[in-house]
Amino acid sequence: MTTQYKQVFGRPESLKDVATHFCPGCHHGTIHRLCAEAMDALDIQQRTIGVASVGCSVFLYGYFDIDVVEAPHGRAPAVATGVKRVRKDDVVFTYQGDGDLAAIGTAEIIHAANRGEAITVIFVNNTTYGMTGGQMAPTTLPQQRTSTSPTGRDVANDGYPIRMAELLAGLEGVAYSTRVAVDSPQHIIAAGKAIHHAFDCQVKSGGFSFVEVLSTCPTNWGMDALKANARVASEMIPYFPLGVFKDAACAEEGA
Amino acid sequence: MKRLFVKGNEAVAMGAIEAGCRYYFGYPITPQSDIPEYIAREIPKVGGVFIQAESEIASINMLLGASASGARAMTSSSSPGISLKQEGISYMSGSELPGLIVNICRSGPGLGGIDASQADYFQSVKGGGHGGYRIIVLAPDSVQEMYDLTMLAFDLSDRYRVPALLLADAVIGQVKEALVPHPYVAPADLPSKEWAVAGKQGRSDQRIVKSLYLGDGELEAHNWRLHAKYEELKKHEVRFEAYQTEDADFVVTAFGSAARIAKSAVMMAREAGLKVGLLRPVTLFPFPEQALSELADRGIPMLCVELNTGQMVDDVRLAVKCRVDVAFYGRAPGAGSLPTPEEIFKQIQKNMAAKL
Ligand SMILES: Cc1ncc(C[n+]2csc(CCOP(=O)(O)OP(=O)(O)O)c2C)c(N)n1
Ligand code: SF4
Repeated sequence: MTTQYKQVFGRPESLKDVATHFCPGCHHGTIHRLCAEAMDALDIQQRTIGVASVGCSVFLYGYFDIDVVEAPHGRAPAVATGVKRVRKDDVVFTYQGDGDLAAIGTAEIIHAANRGEAITVIFVNNTTYGMTGGQMAPTTLPQQRTSTSPTGRDVANDGYPIRMAELLAGLEGVAYSTRVAVDSPQHIIAAGKAIHHAFDCQVKSGGFSFVEVLSTCPTNWGMDALKANARVASEMIPYFPLGVFKDAACAEEGA
Repeated sequence: MKRLFVKGNEAVAMGAIEAGCRYYFGYPITPQSDIPEYIAREIPKVGGVFIQAESEIASINMLLGASASGARAMTSSSSPGISLKQEGISYMSGSELPGLIVNICRSGPGLGGIDASQADYFQSVKGGGHGGYRIIVLAPDSVQEMYDLTMLAFDLSDRYRVPALLLADAVIGQVKEALVPHPYVAPADLPSKEWAVAGKQGRSDQRIVKSLYLGDGELEAHNWRLHAKYEELKKHEVRFEAYQTEDADFVVTAFGSAARIAKSAVMMAREAGLKVGLLRPVTLFPFPEQALSELADRGIPMLCVELNTGQMVDDVRLAVKCRVDVAFYGRAPGAGSLPTPEEIFKQIQKNMAAKL
């Protein structure tokens, strides 16, 4: 009797067979994988164009086997607008950190969303500036210590962490806005579905879709991988609740 | 072709659409708003896209994205807005992306005023953003040239994969003159854009448009490659107008609207029996160094006239290498500061007298 083996888990086609440069315990790698799985499942790899931002994820083209344009810091939604207006039938997405999207690029994300650009935005919120060495981000939590908030974020001086998924959900142009996490198997499965749905929104109804993913930065948080992972549930989710904040244009397609 | 009576800014918009530009991204600012207004009205008729962006920063980055996707695309603005675009122009230069940027220059610094100015010369020709690069800079002096040079800018930019800037000012942008529009004919040897992102579509290679080079020696090699293109531009693409310079004892140099006024002054000088010529750079980068150097070989002193306190004059002096005197007459931009031909004629007489 011969045994039939079926591969149930492997590297997504859309992802290259290379080791990433991400630090141990960093969630960027997991989020990359979920995006690649969505591209595979929707069979869009050959017509997807990525727009890389400035931050730890700048090497998008090093990991995804797709065409990529590199944008200046914060400007990915504007670059993606230009790409998408020319390549109407392609799938265009940006992948941005919280410094990139919620600080220097605030105007670009709000207006791309408000125009209802048919793009997908993957927003990685790790409450800090990873690439530049752990400075305070617009998403840094109250009292969180960073290299530029050495005694903890003081909301009286620094203001409050921004909840981007909720903020964008209030805009008419947005089809889908959600916040997910990848700190547990359940959350990873849900995040994968959300990212799949976000790309699907773009493909099926041409809407602007936004997925905020809570992520870790063990290196700059000064934590080991496990402690950093645990912080997502203990500190981040209470301030940045998971959920779907808007699913308008894509609702009829079903999630 | 029939003659039309149009504004310089409209001629830019007409030339761009005729040259196949189908994507425009901009933000309102005086004195260039006729360009987006014309394009917003006309480009949808030919299936093009007009986006009024949230800022000049967003518009230049939309241009970056459209250009990376292989399209002929443009943006336009005036000085304060062009300052905001410098980051994007640097990225486009580093990423070797073509594209047209129009600066209908106004007076500064800061909010300054809306009067004609040539104070953005340095910013235009020396690489206005960070990192050390050059862009193609064309300086029209008439409504007809606004149309013609817009077309040329697209062709040069596509050929060299270097962004092109059309540098005019409030006078050339707002003046109405006769324009004879002509059909655009693409140069037969324009390279196809095989580098543009398009989705892999079954290709085995990835197309990547980027300016980040971290590998050992990569960035240095990239910079030398860019430098080599700028040298090619200097060799092959210099354009200038030499007016009555053959027998001249004295030459005025000026570009754009200042050159228009200077030309009238040169005519006055000729009527007065003075052998004066005009050398008008049409490309500010690449700069007509050779033509100026040849005038210096003949021992011809010069007067550089600009609507600023002295910028292009530095490049003229570099070109003549101290062999002849180069005087400067400039008017700092602002309301009521346009020089008259008589004023420039007086400067010519004064400087010629000093030489004789
Ligand atoms: C105009 C400009 N300002 C600042 C920087 C420096 N810089 C590089 S990445 C970055 C922020 C990175 O943080 P984030 O966007 O949160 O991404 P992460 O690295 O955490 O993934 C900054 C400020 C830059 N490259 N360009
Ligand atoms: S610095 Fe932080 S965000 Fe960047 S790779 Fe390391 S852990 Fe990830």
